Amino acid sequence: MKILVCISHVPDTTSKINFVNGDAEFDKNGVQFVINPNDEFGLTRAIWFKEKQGASVTVVNVGEADTEATIRKALAIGADEAIRVNANPTDGFFVAKQIAEVVKNGGYDLVIAGKESLDDNGGMVPGMVAALLNMNFINSCTGIEVDGNTAKATREIDGGKEILSASLPLVVAGQKGIVEEKDLRIPNMRGIMAARTKQITVVEPVGATQNTKTVKFEKPAPKSAVKLISPDNLDELVNLLHNEAKVI
Amino acid sequence: MSILLYAESAEGKLKKVAFELASYAKKIADQTGTTVTAVTINAGDVSELAKYGVSKVLKVADDKLKSFNAKAYADTIKQAAQKEGAKIVLVASTTDSLYIAPLLAVGLEAGYASNVVALPESTSPFVVKRNAYSMKAFSFTEITSDVKLLAIAKNSFGLVENAVSLSEEAFAPSLNGADFSVKVESVEKVTGKVTIADAEVVVSGGRGLKGPENWGMIEELASVLGAATACSKPVSDLGWRPHSEHVGQTGKPVASNLYIAVGISGAIQHIAGINASKVKVVINTDPEAPFFKVADYGVVGDAFDVVPKLIEKLKAFKAQHS
Repeated sequence: MKILVCISHVPDTTSKINFVNGDAEFDKNGVQFVINPNDEFGLTRAIWFKEKQGASVTVVNVGEADTEATIRKALAIGADEAIRVNANPTDGFFVAKQIAEVVKNGGYDLVIAGKESLDDNGGMVPGMVAALLNMNFINSCTGIEVDGNTAKATREIDGGKEILSASLPLVVAGQKGIVEEKDLRIPNMRGIMAARTKQITVVEPVGATQNTKTVKFEKPAPKSAVKLISPDNLDELVNLLHNEAKVI
Repeated sequence: MSILLYAESAEGKLKKVAFELASYAKKIADQTGTTVTAVTINAGDVSELAKYGVSKVLKVADDKLKSFNAKAYADTIKQAAQKEGAKIVLVASTTDSLYIAPLLAVGLEAGYASNVVALPESTSPFVVKRNAYSMKAFSFTEITSDVKLLAIAKNSFGLVENAVSLSEEAFAPSLNGADFSVKVESVEKVTGKVTIADAEVVVSGGRGLKGPENWGMIEELASVLGAATACSKPVSDLGWRPHSEHVGQTGKPVASNLYIAVGISGAIQHIAGINASKVKVVINTDPEAPFFKVADYGVVGDAFDVVPKLIEKLKAFKAQHS
Protein backbone atom coordinates (compact mmCIF):
# COMPACT_ATOMS: atom_id res chain seq x y z
CA MET A 1 0.00 0.00 0.00
CA LYS A 2 1.32 3.44 -0.94
CA ILE A 3 0.53 6.02 1.73
CA LEU A 4 0.82 9.79 1.39
CA VAL A 5 0.83 11.77 4.62
CA CYS A 6 0.12 15.50 4.29
CA ILE A 7 1.87 17.64 6.84
CA SER A 8 1.54 21.33 7.66
CA HIS A 9 4.33 23.48 9.08
CA VAL A 10 2.65 25.51 11.84
CA PRO A 11 3.67 27.71 14.77
CA ASP A 12 3.98 25.84 18.06
CA THR A 13 0.89 26.25 20.25
CA THR A 14 2.67 28.32 22.86
CA SER A 15 3.86 30.87 20.27
CA LYS A 16 3.08 34.52 20.63
CA ILE A 17 0.84 35.47 17.73
CA ASN A 18 1.72 38.79 16.10
CA PHE A 19 1.29 40.27 12.64
CA VAL A 20 3.44 42.45 10.43
CA ASN A 21 3.26 44.20 7.07
CA GLY A 22 0.15 46.13 7.92
CA ASP A 23 -1.22 43.09 9.79
CA ALA A 24 -1.34 41.14 6.53
CA GLU A 25 1.24 38.52 7.50
CA PHE A 26 2.08 36.35 10.47
CA ASP A 27 5.26 37.45 12.26
CA LYS A 28 7.58 34.42 12.08
CA ASN A 29 10.32 36.08 14.11
CA GLY A 30 11.37 33.99 17.06
CA VAL A 31 8.57 31.48 16.46
CA GLN A 32 9.19 27.76 16.79
CA PHE A 33 7.52 25.77 14.00
CA VAL A 34 6.32 22.19 14.32
CA ILE A 35 4.39 19.49 12.47
CA ASN A 36 0.69 20.28 12.89
CA PRO A 37 -0.53 18.13 15.83
CA ASN A 38 -3.43 16.54 13.94
CA ASP A 39 -0.98 15.51 11.19
CA GLU A 40 1.38 13.87 13.68
CA PHE A 41 -1.25 11.38 14.72
CA GLY A 42 -1.82 10.39 11.09
CA LEU A 43 1.92 10.13 10.45
CA THR A 44 2.34 7.71 13.36
CA ARG A 45 -0.52 5.58 12.02
CA ALA A 46 1.13 5.52 8.60
CA ILE A 47 4.38 4.29 10.20
CA TRP A 48 2.34 1.54 11.86
CA PHE A 49 1.07 0.46 8.43
CA LYS A 50 4.66 0.52 7.17
CA GLU A 51 5.88 -1.71 10.00
CA LYS A 52 2.93 -4.09 10.13
CA GLN A 53 1.78 -4.20 6.51
CA GLY A 54 4.84 -3.21 4.51
CA ALA A 55 3.33 0.04 3.29
CA SER A 56 5.50 2.80 1.86
CA VAL A 57 5.13 6.24 3.42
CA THR A 58 5.70 9.52 1.61
CA VAL A 59 5.10 12.87 3.27
CA VAL A 60 4.07 15.94 1.34
CA ASN A 61 4.16 19.55 2.44
CA VAL A 62 3.15 22.67 0.55
CA GLY A 63 5.61 25.29 1.69
CA GLU A 64 8.69 27.31 0.95
CA ALA A 65 12.26 26.39 1.85
CA ASP A 66 11.74 27.26 5.52
CA THR A 67 9.60 24.15 6.03
CA GLU A 68 12.47 21.74 5.42
CA ALA A 69 13.29 21.24 9.10
CA THR A 70 9.70 20.18 9.74
CA ILE A 71 9.81 17.80 6.78
CA ARG A 72 13.07 16.28 8.08
CA LYS A 73 11.35 15.66 11.39
CA ALA A 74 8.65 13.65 9.63
CA LEU A 75 11.39 11.67 7.87
CA ALA A 76 13.09 11.12 11.21
CA ILE A 77 9.83 9.78 12.61
CA GLY A 78 9.91 7.14 9.88
CA ALA A 79 8.56 8.35 6.55
CA ASP A 80 10.53 6.95 3.57
CA GLU A 81 10.70 10.08 1.46
CA ALA A 82 9.21 13.51 1.13
CA ILE A 83 7.87 15.88 -1.47
CA ARG A 84 7.78 19.62 -0.97
CA VAL A 85 5.60 21.64 -3.32
CA ASN A 86 7.49 24.88 -3.50
CA ALA A 87 4.75 27.39 -2.81
CA ASN A 88 3.32 29.56 -0.07
CA PRO A 89 0.24 27.74 1.27
CA THR A 90 -1.95 30.78 0.83
CA ASP A 91 -5.39 29.24 0.64
CA GLY A 92 -7.01 25.89 1.38
CA PHE A 93 -8.19 25.25 -2.16
CA PHE A 94 -4.75 26.09 -3.59
CA VAL A 95 -3.08 23.65 -1.18
CA ALA A 96 -5.65 20.96 -2.00
CA LYS A 97 -4.95 21.41 -5.72
CA GLN A 98 -1.23 20.92 -5.15
CA ILE A 99 -1.73 17.82 -3.05
CA ALA A 100 -4.25 16.41 -5.55
CA GLU A 101 -1.59 16.72 -8.25
CA VAL A 102 0.92 14.86 -6.09
CA VAL A 103 -1.64 12.12 -5.36
CA LYS A 104 -2.45 11.76 -9.05
CA ASN A 105 1.20 11.52 -10.06
CA GLY A 106 2.10 9.09 -7.29
CA GLY A 107 -0.87 6.74 -7.44
CA TYR A 108 -1.32 6.61 -3.67
CA ASP A 109 -3.84 4.22 -2.11
CA LEU A 110 -4.28 6.04 1.16
CA VAL A 111 -3.92 9.75 1.86
CA ILE A 112 -3.84 10.79 5.51
CA ALA A 113 -4.10 14.50 6.33
CA GLY A 114 -4.79 16.26 9.60
CA LYS A 115 -8.39 17.36 10.04
CA GLU A 116 -7.50 20.96 10.79
CA SER A 117 -4.33 23.00 11.12
CA LEU A 118 -3.56 25.11 14.19
CA ASP A 119 -2.88 28.23 12.26
CA ASP A 120 -5.49 28.51 9.56
CA ASN A 121 -8.15 26.31 11.20
CA GLY A 122 -9.65 25.88 7.72
CA GLY A 123 -10.47 22.19 8.05
CA MET A 124 -10.89 21.94 4.31
CA VAL A 125 -7.80 20.52 2.60
CA PRO A 126 -8.45 16.76 3.07
CA GLY A 127 -12.05 16.94 1.85
CA MET A 128 -11.13 19.13 -1.08
CA VAL A 129 -8.33 16.76 -2.15
CA ALA A 130 -10.83 13.89 -2.12
CA ALA A 131 -13.46 15.85 -4.04
CA LEU A 132 -10.95 17.02 -6.67
CA LEU A 133 -9.91 13.41 -7.33
CA ASN A 134 -13.33 11.86 -6.79
CA MET A 135 -11.86 9.68 -4.03
CA ASN A 136 -13.67 8.35 -0.97
CA PHE A 137 -13.29 10.63 2.04
CA ILE A 138 -13.68 10.14 5.78
CA ASN A 139 -13.48 13.13 8.12
CA SER A 140 -12.79 13.24 11.89
CA CYS A 141 -11.07 9.89 11.62
CA THR A 142 -10.14 8.35 14.96
CA GLY A 143 -9.16 4.92 13.73
CA ILE A 144 -8.32 3.15 10.48
CA GLU A 145 -7.67 -0.44 9.44
CA VAL A 146 -6.90 -1.61 5.93
CA ASP A 147 -7.39 -5.12 4.61
CA GLY A 148 -6.52 -5.54 0.96
CA ASN A 149 -8.51 -2.99 -0.93
CA THR A 150 -10.99 -2.17 1.84
CA ALA A 151 -10.61 0.24 4.70
CA LYS A 152 -12.62 0.35 7.90
CA ALA A 153 -12.48 3.72 9.60
CA THR A 154 -13.94 5.18 12.76
CA ARG A 155 -15.44 8.63 12.54
CA GLU A 156 -16.05 10.68 15.67
CA ILE A 157 -19.60 12.01 15.84
CA ASP A 158 -21.44 13.98 18.52
CA GLY A 159 -21.96 11.66 21.45
CA GLY A 160 -20.30 8.65 19.87
CA LYS A 161 -18.73 7.16 16.80
CA GLU A 162 -19.49 5.59 13.45
CA ILE A 163 -17.69 2.72 11.78
CA LEU A 164 -17.47 3.32 8.05
CA SER A 165 -16.16 1.16 5.26
CA ALA A 166 -14.79 2.35 1.95
CA SER A 167 -12.63 0.95 -0.80
CA LEU A 168 -9.21 2.37 -1.60
CA PRO A 169 -8.11 4.84 -2.79
CA LEU A 170 -9.19 6.79 0.25
CA VAL A 171 -8.52 10.16 1.89
CA VAL A 172 -8.90 10.40 5.66
CA ALA A 173 -8.74 13.50 7.84
CA GLY A 174 -7.13 12.29 11.04
CA GLN A 175 -7.07 13.62 14.57
CA LYS A 176 -6.14 12.38 18.04
CA GLY A 177 -7.47 8.87 18.35
CA ILE A 178 -6.23 7.63 14.99
CA VAL A 179 -3.43 6.65 17.30
CA GLU A 180 -3.35 7.21 21.06
CA GLU A 181 -1.31 10.10 22.42
CA LYS A 182 0.98 7.68 24.22
CA ASP A 183 1.78 5.89 20.94
CA LEU A 184 2.89 9.01 19.08
CA ARG A 185 6.25 8.42 17.44
CA ILE A 186 9.03 10.82 18.23
CA PRO A 187 12.28 10.96 16.31
CA ASN A 188 15.07 8.92 17.92
CA MET A 189 18.80 9.23 17.19
CA ARG A 190 18.69 6.51 14.54
CA GLY A 191 15.72 8.15 12.85
CA ILE A 192 17.38 11.55 12.83
CA MET A 193 20.54 10.08 11.29
CA ALA A 194 18.60 8.17 8.66
CA ALA A 195 16.53 11.26 7.82
CA ARG A 196 19.66 13.09 6.71
CA THR A 197 19.98 10.92 3.61
CA LYS A 198 16.30 10.50 2.80
CA GLN A 199 15.07 12.22 -0.32
CA ILE A 200 13.07 15.47 -0.25
CA THR A 201 11.93 16.10 -3.81
CA VAL A 202 11.03 19.70 -4.51
CA VAL A 203 8.37 20.23 -7.17
CA GLU A 204 6.95 23.43 -8.57
CA PRO A 205 3.24 24.13 -7.96
CA VAL A 206 0.65 23.66 -10.66
CA GLY A 207 -1.50 26.57 -11.64
CA ALA A 208 -4.59 26.83 -9.49
CA THR A 209 -7.21 29.47 -8.85
CA GLN A 210 -6.94 31.01 -5.47
CA ASN A 211 -10.53 31.73 -4.51
CA THR A 212 -9.99 33.19 -1.06
CA LYS A 213 -7.44 35.72 0.10
CA THR A 214 -6.50 36.88 3.58
CA VAL A 215 -6.82 40.63 3.59
CA LYS A 216 -5.56 41.16 7.12
CA PHE A 217 -5.39 39.78 10.61
CA GLU A 218 -6.50 41.26 13.87
CA LYS A 219 -5.80 40.36 17.46
CA PRO A 220 -8.78 40.11 19.80
CA ALA A 221 -9.41 42.94 22.26
CA PRO A 222 -7.62 42.37 25.57
CA LYS A 223 -9.76 40.63 28.11
CA SER A 224 -10.94 42.42 31.22
CA ALA A 225 -9.78 41.00 34.52
CA VAL A 226 -11.54 38.06 36.14
CA LYS A 227 -14.19 38.81 38.74
CA LEU A 228 -13.22 36.83 41.80
CA ILE A 229 -15.89 35.58 44.13
CA SER A 230 -15.25 34.27 47.62
CA PRO A 231 -16.13 30.61 48.31
CA ASP A 232 -18.27 31.96 51.14
CA ASN A 233 -20.28 34.09 48.79
CA LEU A 234 -21.41 31.72 46.06
CA ASP A 235 -24.84 33.36 46.04
CA GLU A 236 -23.06 36.20 44.31
CA LEU A 237 -21.68 33.87 41.62
CA VAL A 238 -25.14 32.48 40.92
CA ASN A 239 -26.48 36.02 40.82
CA LEU A 240 -23.79 37.19 38.38
CA LEU A 241 -24.26 34.19 36.12
CA HIS A 242 -28.00 34.82 36.01
CA ASN A 243 -28.27 38.61 35.95
CA GLU A 244 -24.98 39.79 34.51
CA ALA A 245 -23.75 37.02 32.23
CA LYS A 246 -27.25 35.72 31.61
CA VAL A 247 -26.07 32.17 31.08
CA ILE A 248 -28.28 30.45 33.64
CA MET B 1 -30.48 34.32 -6.62
CA SER B 2 -31.49 33.62 -3.05
CA ILE B 3 -29.16 32.79 -0.20
CA LEU B 4 -29.21 29.08 0.51
CA LEU B 5 -28.65 27.49 3.87
CA TYR B 6 -28.47 23.85 4.87
CA ALA B 7 -30.86 23.48 7.79
CA GLU B 8 -29.59 20.43 9.62
CA SER B 9 -32.03 18.15 11.42
CA ALA B 10 -31.71 15.17 13.74
CA GLU B 11 -34.43 12.53 13.93
CA GLY B 12 -36.62 14.78 11.82
CA LYS B 13 -36.32 17.75 14.14
CA LEU B 14 -34.52 20.92 13.02
CA LYS B 15 -31.41 21.71 15.06
CA LYS B 16 -31.08 25.07 16.81
CA VAL B 17 -28.13 25.95 14.56
CA ALA B 18 -30.53 25.98 11.61
CA PHE B 19 -32.32 28.99 13.11
CA GLU B 20 -29.01 30.74 13.85
CA LEU B 21 -28.03 30.24 10.20
CA ALA B 22 -31.41 31.56 9.09
CA SER B 23 -30.99 34.66 11.25
CA TYR B 24 -27.57 35.25 9.69
CA ALA B 25 -28.82 34.64 6.17
CA LYS B 26 -31.82 36.93 6.58
CA LYS B 27 -29.57 39.84 7.57
CA ILE B 28 -27.51 39.47 4.40
CA ALA B 29 -30.60 38.89 2.29
CA ASP B 30 -32.10 42.16 3.50
CA GLN B 31 -28.83 44.01 2.82
CA THR B 32 -28.56 42.65 -0.71
CA GLY B 33 -32.24 42.69 -1.66
CA THR B 34 -32.80 38.96 -1.91
CA THR B 35 -34.50 36.12 -0.03
CA VAL B 36 -33.50 33.12 2.06
CA THR B 37 -34.05 29.51 1.01
CA ALA B 38 -33.31 26.53 3.21
CA VAL B 39 -32.72 22.95 2.14
CA THR B 40 -33.60 20.19 4.59
CA ILE B 41 -33.01 16.46 4.40
CA ASN B 42 -35.61 14.14 5.92
CA ALA B 43 -36.87 16.86 8.26
CA GLY B 44 -40.42 16.81 9.59
CA ASP B 45 -41.97 20.13 10.55
CA VAL B 46 -39.89 22.95 9.03
CA SER B 47 -42.38 25.80 9.55
CA GLU B 48 -40.38 27.36 12.39
CA LEU B 49 -37.77 28.50 9.84
CA ALA B 50 -40.26 31.17 8.72
CA LYS B 51 -39.93 32.85 12.11
CA TYR B 52 -36.29 33.60 11.29
CA GLY B 53 -36.77 34.92 7.78
CA VAL B 54 -36.69 31.83 5.58
CA SER B 55 -39.25 32.24 2.80
CA LYS B 56 -38.71 28.94 0.98
CA VAL B 57 -37.76 25.45 2.03
CA LEU B 58 -36.63 22.78 -0.40
CA LYS B 59 -37.62 19.62 1.45
CA VAL B 60 -35.76 16.49 0.51
CA ALA B 61 -37.35 13.24 1.62
CA ASP B 62 -35.31 10.24 0.61
CA ASP B 63 -34.84 6.90 2.33
CA LYS B 64 -31.36 6.54 0.83
CA LEU B 65 -30.39 9.64 2.84
CA LYS B 66 -31.68 8.29 6.15
CA SER B 67 -28.11 7.62 7.30
CA PHE B 68 -25.77 10.56 7.08
CA ASN B 69 -23.52 10.39 4.04
CA ALA B 70 -21.29 13.37 3.37
CA LYS B 71 -20.92 12.93 -0.36
CA ALA B 72 -24.63 12.33 -0.98
CA TYR B 73 -25.61 15.23 1.29
CA ALA B 74 -23.05 17.52 -0.37
CA ASP B 75 -24.39 16.56 -3.79
CA THR B 76 -27.95 17.23 -2.61
CA ILE B 77 -27.12 20.67 -1.23
CA LYS B 78 -25.10 21.48 -4.36
CA GLN B 79 -28.09 20.70 -6.55
CA ALA B 80 -30.35 22.81 -4.36
CA ALA B 81 -27.88 25.71 -4.57
CA GLN B 82 -27.69 25.42 -8.34
CA LYS B 83 -31.47 25.24 -8.63
CA GLU B 84 -31.74 28.48 -6.66
CA GLY B 85 -28.82 30.13 -8.43
CA ALA B 86 -27.51 30.83 -4.93
CA LYS B 87 -24.33 32.89 -4.75
CA ILE B 88 -24.02 32.59 -0.99
CA VAL B 89 -24.38 29.20 0.69
CA LEU B 90 -24.31 28.76 4.45
CA VAL B 91 -23.68 25.75 6.66
CA ALA B 92 -23.31 25.45 10.42
CA SER B 93 -20.15 24.30 12.18
CA THR B 94 -21.55 20.96 13.23
CA THR B 95 -19.62 17.72 12.79
CA ASP B 96 -21.68 16.63 9.80
CA SER B 97 -21.83 20.04 8.10
CA LEU B 98 -18.07 20.52 8.40
CA TYR B 99 -17.64 17.10 6.76
CA ILE B 100 -19.94 18.17 3.92
CA ALA B 101 -18.48 21.67 3.41
CA PRO B 102 -15.18 20.95 1.58
CA LEU B 103 -16.97 18.55 -0.78
CA LEU B 104 -19.68 21.12 -1.38
CA ALA B 105 -17.08 23.84 -1.99
CA VAL B 106 -15.40 21.85 -4.74
CA GLY B 107 -18.73 20.81 -6.23
CA LEU B 108 -19.88 24.44 -6.44
CA GLU B 109 -16.39 25.80 -7.32
CA ALA B 110 -17.00 28.06 -4.33
CA GLY B 111 -14.41 29.81 -2.22
CA TYR B 112 -14.94 28.52 1.33
CA ALA B 113 -14.44 30.35 4.62
CA SER B 114 -14.92 28.39 7.84
CA ASN B 115 -15.24 29.59 11.46
CA VAL B 116 -16.98 32.78 10.32
CA VAL B 117 -17.87 34.85 13.38
CA ALA B 118 -19.76 37.85 12.04
CA LEU B 119 -21.82 39.18 9.18
CA PRO B 120 -19.70 40.05 6.11
CA GLU B 121 -17.58 43.18 6.57
CA SER B 122 -18.54 44.04 3.00
CA THR B 123 -20.27 42.23 0.16
CA SER B 124 -18.32 43.80 -2.67
CA PRO B 125 -15.53 42.79 -2.19
CA PHE B 126 -16.95 39.94 -0.13
CA VAL B 127 -14.99 39.88 3.11
CA VAL B 128 -15.74 37.86 6.24
CA LYS B 129 -14.19 37.82 9.68
CA ARG B 130 -13.17 34.38 10.90
CA ASN B 131 -11.37 32.79 13.82
CA ALA B 132 -7.75 31.78 13.16
CA TYR B 133 -4.61 30.76 15.04
CA SER B 134 -6.66 28.55 17.33
CA MET B 135 -8.80 31.51 18.42
CA LYS B 136 -5.83 33.77 19.15
CA ALA B 137 -6.60 36.01 16.18
CA PHE B 138 -9.19 36.93 13.59
CA SER B 139 -8.51 36.75 9.89
CA PHE B 140 -10.39 38.87 7.39
CA THR B 141 -10.83 36.70 4.34
CA GLU B 142 -11.98 37.87 0.95
CA ILE B 143 -13.81 35.30 -1.16
CA THR B 144 -13.23 36.07 -4.81
CA SER B 145 -15.20 33.29 -6.51
CA ASP B 146 -18.69 33.80 -7.90
CA VAL B 147 -20.26 31.40 -5.40
CA LYS B 148 -19.28 31.69 -1.75
CA LEU B 149 -19.56 29.06 0.96
CA LEU B 150 -19.47 30.00 4.63
CA ALA B 151 -19.44 27.81 7.72
CA ILE B 152 -20.69 29.96 10.58
CA ALA B 153 -18.83 29.41 13.87
CA LYS B 154 -20.76 27.89 16.73
CA ASN B 155 -22.52 30.29 19.02
CA SER B 156 -21.26 33.34 17.13
CA PHE B 157 -24.54 34.69 15.83
CA GLY B 158 -27.72 34.69 17.87
CA LEU B 159 -31.31 34.09 16.92
CA VAL B 160 -33.00 37.08 15.31
CA GLU B 161 -36.72 36.84 14.68
CA ASN B 162 -37.94 38.21 11.39
CA ALA B 163 -41.12 36.41 10.42
CA VAL B 164 -42.02 35.97 6.76
CA SER B 165 -44.43 33.70 4.95
CA LEU B 166 -42.99 30.36 3.95
CA SER B 167 -43.48 28.14 0.93
CA GLU B 168 -42.39 24.51 1.12
CA GLU B 169 -41.40 22.63 -1.97
CA ALA B 170 -40.51 18.97 -2.35
CA PHE B 171 -37.03 18.62 -3.84
CA ALA B 172 -35.65 15.41 -5.27
CA PRO B 173 -31.92 15.56 -6.04
CA SER B 174 -30.58 13.19 -8.61
CA LEU B 175 -28.19 10.87 -6.79
CA ASN B 176 -26.33 7.80 -8.00
CA GLY B 177 -24.45 4.85 -6.55
CA ALA B 178 -21.15 6.70 -6.53
CA ASP B 179 -22.60 9.12 -3.98
CA PHE B 180 -22.90 6.24 -1.53
CA SER B 181 -19.48 4.62 -1.90
CA VAL B 182 -18.65 5.20 1.78
CA LYS B 183 -20.88 2.90 3.82
CA VAL B 184 -21.94 3.12 7.44
CA GLU B 185 -21.31 -0.24 9.10
CA SER B 186 -22.44 0.72 12.61
CA VAL B 187 -23.17 3.68 14.84
CA GLU B 188 -22.52 3.85 18.57
CA LYS B 189 -24.16 6.79 20.28
CA VAL B 190 -24.85 7.65 23.87
CA THR B 191 -28.46 8.74 23.97
CA GLY B 192 -30.22 10.84 26.56
CA LYS B 193 -27.11 12.79 27.47
CA VAL B 194 -26.50 16.24 26.07
CA THR B 195 -23.36 16.23 23.95
CA ILE B 196 -20.49 18.66 24.36
CA ALA B 197 -21.19 19.93 20.84
CA ASP B 198 -24.82 20.79 21.59
CA ALA B 199 -24.59 21.77 25.25
CA GLU B 200 -25.26 25.31 26.36
CA VAL B 201 -23.35 24.63 29.57
CA VAL B 202 -20.27 22.44 29.98
CA VAL B 203 -18.83 21.41 33.35
CA SER B 204 -15.25 20.27 33.11
CA GLY B 205 -12.89 18.64 35.58
CA GLY B 206 -9.11 18.49 35.75
CA ARG B 207 -6.33 16.88 37.71
CA GLY B 208 -7.17 19.01 40.72
CA LEU B 209 -9.97 16.56 41.43
CA LYS B 210 -7.30 14.01 42.40
CA GLY B 211 -9.02 10.90 41.06
CA PRO B 212 -11.92 9.45 39.07
CA GLU B 213 -13.73 8.53 42.28
CA ASN B 214 -14.30 12.23 42.91
CA TRP B 215 -16.25 12.90 39.76
CA GLY B 216 -19.64 12.47 41.40
CA MET B 217 -19.88 16.15 42.24
CA ILE B 218 -18.92 17.15 38.69
CA GLU B 219 -21.69 14.97 37.34
CA GLU B 220 -24.11 16.37 39.90
CA LEU B 221 -23.19 19.96 39.07
CA ALA B 222 -23.68 19.14 35.38
CA SER B 223 -27.00 17.52 36.11
CA VAL B 224 -28.34 20.57 38.00
CA LEU B 225 -27.35 22.78 35.05
CA GLY B 226 -28.46 20.38 32.31
CA ALA B 227 -24.85 20.46 31.21
CA ALA B 228 -22.48 18.13 29.40
CA THR B 229 -19.46 16.86 31.33
CA ALA B 230 -15.93 17.30 29.99
CA CYS B 231 -12.36 16.93 31.16
CA SER B 232 -8.82 18.12 30.56
CA LYS B 233 -6.26 16.14 28.56
CA PRO B 234 -4.30 14.74 31.55
CA VAL B 235 -7.54 13.40 33.01
CA SER B 236 -8.36 11.70 29.71
CA ASP B 237 -4.80 10.35 29.31
CA LEU B 238 -4.91 8.94 32.87
CA GLY B 239 -8.10 7.13 31.96
CA TRP B 240 -10.10 8.83 34.71
CA ARG B 241 -12.72 9.87 32.17
CA PRO B 242 -13.54 8.63 28.64
CA HIS B 243 -11.56 10.12 25.73
CA SER B 244 -14.83 11.51 24.37
CA GLU B 245 -14.87 14.01 27.25
CA HIS B 246 -11.45 15.46 26.46
CA VAL B 247 -11.84 19.09 25.42
CA GLY B 248 -8.94 21.17 24.22
CA GLN B 249 -6.76 21.67 21.19
CA THR B 250 -6.49 17.98 20.33
CA GLY B 251 -9.82 17.12 21.94
CA LYS B 252 -13.27 18.49 21.27
CA PRO B 253 -13.80 22.21 20.82
CA VAL B 254 -16.21 23.92 23.24
CA ALA B 255 -18.39 26.81 22.12
CA SER B 256 -21.05 26.71 24.80
CA ASN B 257 -22.58 29.69 26.57
CA LEU B 258 -21.03 28.73 29.91
CA TYR B 259 -17.88 26.71 30.68
CA ILE B 260 -17.13 25.81 34.28
CA ALA B 261 -13.60 24.51 34.86
CA VAL B 262 -12.97 22.74 38.15
CA GLY B 263 -9.41 21.91 39.17
CA ILE B 264 -7.97 22.75 35.74
CA SER B 265 -4.90 24.97 35.73
CA GLY B 266 -5.39 26.26 32.19
CA ALA B 267 -2.66 25.01 29.86
CA ILE B 268 -2.52 26.93 26.58
CA GLN B 269 -3.72 23.91 24.61
CA HIS B 270 -6.75 23.53 26.86
CA ILE B 271 -7.67 27.20 26.63
CA ALA B 272 -7.27 27.14 22.85
CA GLY B 273 -9.93 24.44 22.66
CA ILE B 274 -12.48 26.04 24.98
CA ASN B 275 -11.91 29.67 24.06
CA ALA B 276 -15.05 29.94 21.98
CA SER B 277 -17.20 29.48 25.08
CA LYS B 278 -18.91 32.74 25.97
CA VAL B 279 -18.55 32.82 29.75
CA LYS B 280 -15.82 30.99 31.66
CA VAL B 281 -15.93 30.22 35.36
CA VAL B 282 -12.75 28.86 36.95
CA ILE B 283 -12.64 27.11 40.32
CA ASN B 284 -9.09 26.38 41.50
CA THR B 285 -7.12 26.38 44.76
CA ASP B 286 -4.18 28.11 43.10
CA PRO B 287 -4.66 31.86 42.67
CA GLU B 288 -1.75 31.82 40.20
CA ALA B 289 -3.43 29.27 37.93
CA PRO B 290 -3.11 30.63 34.36
CA PHE B 291 -6.78 29.88 33.73
CA PHE B 292 -7.80 32.87 35.90
CA LYS B 293 -6.25 35.15 33.27
CA VAL B 294 -8.88 34.18 30.73
CA ALA B 295 -11.78 33.58 33.09
CA ASP B 296 -14.77 35.86 33.45
CA TYR B 297 -15.53 34.72 37.00
CA GLY B 298 -13.28 32.84 39.38
CA VAL B 299 -13.39 31.22 42.77
CA VAL B 300 -10.09 30.60 44.51
CA GLY B 301 -10.83 27.69 46.77
CA ASP B 302 -10.87 23.96 47.28
CA ALA B 303 -13.13 22.29 44.71
CA PHE B 304 -14.27 19.78 47.33
CA ASP B 305 -15.60 22.71 49.35
CA VAL B 306 -16.77 25.02 46.59
CA VAL B 307 -18.51 22.61 44.22
CA PRO B 308 -20.90 21.00 46.74
CA LYS B 309 -21.80 24.49 48.01
CA LEU B 310 -22.34 25.71 44.45
CA ILE B 311 -24.57 22.72 43.73
CA GLU B 312 -26.79 23.62 46.71
CA LYS B 313 -26.97 27.27 45.66
CA LEU B 314 -27.87 26.29 42.10
CA LYS B 315 -30.52 23.83 43.24
CA ALA B 316 -32.13 26.61 45.30
CA PHE B 317 -31.86 28.98 42.35
CA LYS B 318 -33.45 26.47 39.96
CA ALA B 319 -36.26 25.79 42.44
CA GLN B 320 -37.00 29.51 42.60
CA HIS B 321 -36.90 30.02 38.86
CA SER B 322 -38.74 27.01 37.49
